[in-house]
Amino acid sequence: MTEQILSAGFGGQGVLLLGQLLAYSGMREGKNVSWMPSYGPEMRGGTANCSVIVSDEEIGSPVIDEADTVIVMNRPSLDKYESKLRKGGRLFINSSLIDKKATRDDIEVYYVPVSDIANELGNARVANIVMLGAYLELTHLVKPETAIAQLKESFGEKKAHLIPLNEQAIEKGAAFVRK
Amino acid sequence: MAKKLMKGNEAIAEAAIKAGCRFFFGYPITPQNEIPEYMSRRMPQIGGTFVQAESEVAAINMVYGAAGAGARAMTSSSSPGISLKQEGISYIACAELPAVIVNMVRTGPGLGGILPSQGDYFQATKGGGHGDYHLIVLAPSSIQEAADLIMDGFDLADLYRNPVMILGDGMIGQMMEPVEFKEPSERPLPKKDWAATGWDGKSRKRAVINSLYIAAEEMEEVTQRLKARYQEIKDNETRVEEYMMEDAEICITAYGTVARIAKSAVQKLRAEGIKAGVIRPITVWPFPDASYAKYADQVKFFLDVEMSLGQMVEDVKLSVNGKKPVHFMGITGGFVPTPSQIAEQVKNIMKEGK
Amino acid sequence: MAKVFEKTKMLTDVPFHYCPGCTHGIAHRLVAECIEELGMTEKAVGVAPVGCAVFAYKYFNCDMYEASHGRAPAVATGAKRVHPENLVFSYQGDGDLASIGAAEIVHAAARGENITVIFINNAIYGMTGGQMAPTSLMGQVTTTSPYGRKKELNGMPVKISEMLSQLDGAYYIERCSLHDVPNIVKAKKAIKKAFTYQMEGKGFTLVELLSTCPTNWGMTPTKACEWLKDNMIPYYPLGVKKDGEAK
Repeated sequence: MTEQILSAGFGGQGVLLLGQLLAYSGMREGKNVSWMPSYGPEMRGGTANCSVIVSDEEIGSPVIDEADTVIVMNRPSLDKYESKLRKGGRLFINSSLIDKKATRDDIEVYYVPVSDIANELGNARVANIVMLGAYLELTHLVKPETAIAQLKESFGEKKAHLIPLNEQAIEKGAAFVRK
Repeated sequence: MAKKLMKGNEAIAEAAIKAGCRFFFGYPITPQNEIPEYMSRRMPQIGGTFVQAESEVAAINMVYGAAGAGARAMTSSSSPGISLKQEGISYIACAELPAVIVNMVRTGPGLGGILPSQGDYFQATKGGGHGDYHLIVLAPSSIQEAADLIMDGFDLADLYRNPVMILGDGMIGQMMEPVEFKEPSERPLPKKDWAATGWDGKSRKRAVINSLYIAAEEMEEVTQRLKARYQEIKDNETRVEEYMMEDAEICITAYGTVARIAKSAVQKLRAEGIKAGVIRPITVWPFPDASYAKYADQVKFFLDVEMSLGQMVEDVKLSVNGKKPVHFMGITGGFVPTPSQIAEQVKNIMKEGK
Repeated sequence: MAKVFEKTKMLTDVPFHYCPGCTHGIAHRLVAECIEELGMTEKAVGVAPVGCAVFAYKYFNCDMYEASHGRAPAVATGAKRVHPENLVFSYQGDGDLASIGAAEIVHAAARGENITVIFINNAIYGMTGGQMAPTSLMGQVTTTSPYGRKKELNGMPVKISEMLSQLDGAYYIERCSLHDVPNIVKAKKAIKKAFTYQMEGKGFTLVELLSTCPTNWGMTPTKACEWLKDNMIPYYPLGVKKDGEAK
């Protein structure tokens, strides 16, 4: 098993964190992982993205040639990364902010209004976690509990109060693609 | 010790601390800023010293001062900053001081860009600064290996009283991978009785940390001593990974991050029935020329892949010594080659060969 | 026979290579005597520059470094950070300190680096054969200002002690001269004070010593001392420029 994920969006949408959560969780479950960000001026203002690989094998290139999954949180990212998906790959679109449809018909596309769902939960910043919930529901790459355990560790005691919100976000995202 | 997911730059900084480095002198430049940032946070916690120098020039000379005082000292930078350090590195080499220098290579020449590159191979392996000297140059291809090589690097520096360079690139610096820190080695290392620590006038010779030898006889003695040491390093410390080379008919060769991409390319080619393998120098100085010589009879051709206009390829050609064709594939600008691109290149060469 | 004079043991027996009449020898002796008189013989570590004093590591009888041109304050920083208990000094000329090493000296002072700098200002590059220094006086003829130093072409001389005394990180800065005995005595006091401050952990200290270069100035040693008094002192006034204790 090797899963290659591209996560992209505006800086501040938590796309790098989403990727890190996947990498951390994969590592927690004993898999090989790598996480590679775009860096430098590209980070400022424009789109941020990261490449995450989770695999049972040793990871060769940390740079993704053809992605198994592309997650786009904004329109410029859809335009830029739809073509990076392999045939039959999964495309997750934040349909709250992206009114455009995917152009390819050889891929699976999921339109998830993650920003709206996050706002309903009372915190726009968990849109990335809603997306994580949707992604994990469909791929079972790692268990949601693993991601939560990781969040607990990263948040520490100071931010422990945010855990229930994040648990809800994962569940809402999962529920949306389940129906 | 448990595995931790860490950014390459931070893993390198932590590994240096684990290796006993307590003196770090840095200056900001992308893409290595996480190293000085990490050091500025950690050093005060463990009684170490972090100094943000006024320039790369000052930073390397602070390393000269601290290494000369017997401490494990380190600096890090990226290409343009490493150019500025070259004078100091040359002095450190001649003064026979152990020190570790990290170069997270970015694109160039000039101010260049901040994306990954391997354009500093010549500078790292062929001198860099003025005069007859060599660095021990270690080229990690993963975060784990970067951490391990930093720790080994401090030992090698002490053992041979020679500066060590960790030659990474923006990718090694910025990516995250799981890393598990080794325990510091228990390798027996020579006493630093040459260090300038304050002299009581009797227990040892007066320490002079110096690279000035006006008399030809003295200068010759020093360079000949270095020559012998370089040979010892070649004999004892050359490291190489040979990946799927046992039955390989095609040898792709690359170092650092490009080598792992080359391994992915080999998997693609093998899936199509093409027997390819990879030779990956881990020490780019000393260069593992024997590996190439060994496989020159076995393989049909070599393909050297670099994020440069072709630098290591010169050493590959010298090592293959005309026995087989050595092809070159160079990706520049900060682009990173993909496994498919490399695999395609191999297939193109095979086609042309027919 | 009664011994009436003994050379300080902080100088080795290696004969100085300095030109006849040059004041480097005096400066060396003052530094060495101060180390010995302060009981710091086993704790002293010096950093030699590039310039006439490039061989200073042969003369000072303590652990020594030879630094690259201008970088002595950075080297001293490394040495002092590793062994804060040591008395660390750099010994630098005007080309080394005020020209190529301007950044290093400014930032060592700004950091309040707990080292002592002995700054030899003789208004010329000696070792390389009498070229213009940042401290060469207006109108001064050197091998690279053959028509005399001109403002339009060469700018104005740098007053290092005044400049560095503006930095909050600097603790003690004094300019002295080596052209006659009373001033040499004052210079020794200044050096001793600087070393004492360092050992008290007070921070950056620098003693500028106006010096002669009879060879490259093209004068007899006596004439050179007069020239220093008549030309350098008016431009580079002597005295304490900063003393943290005086606040």
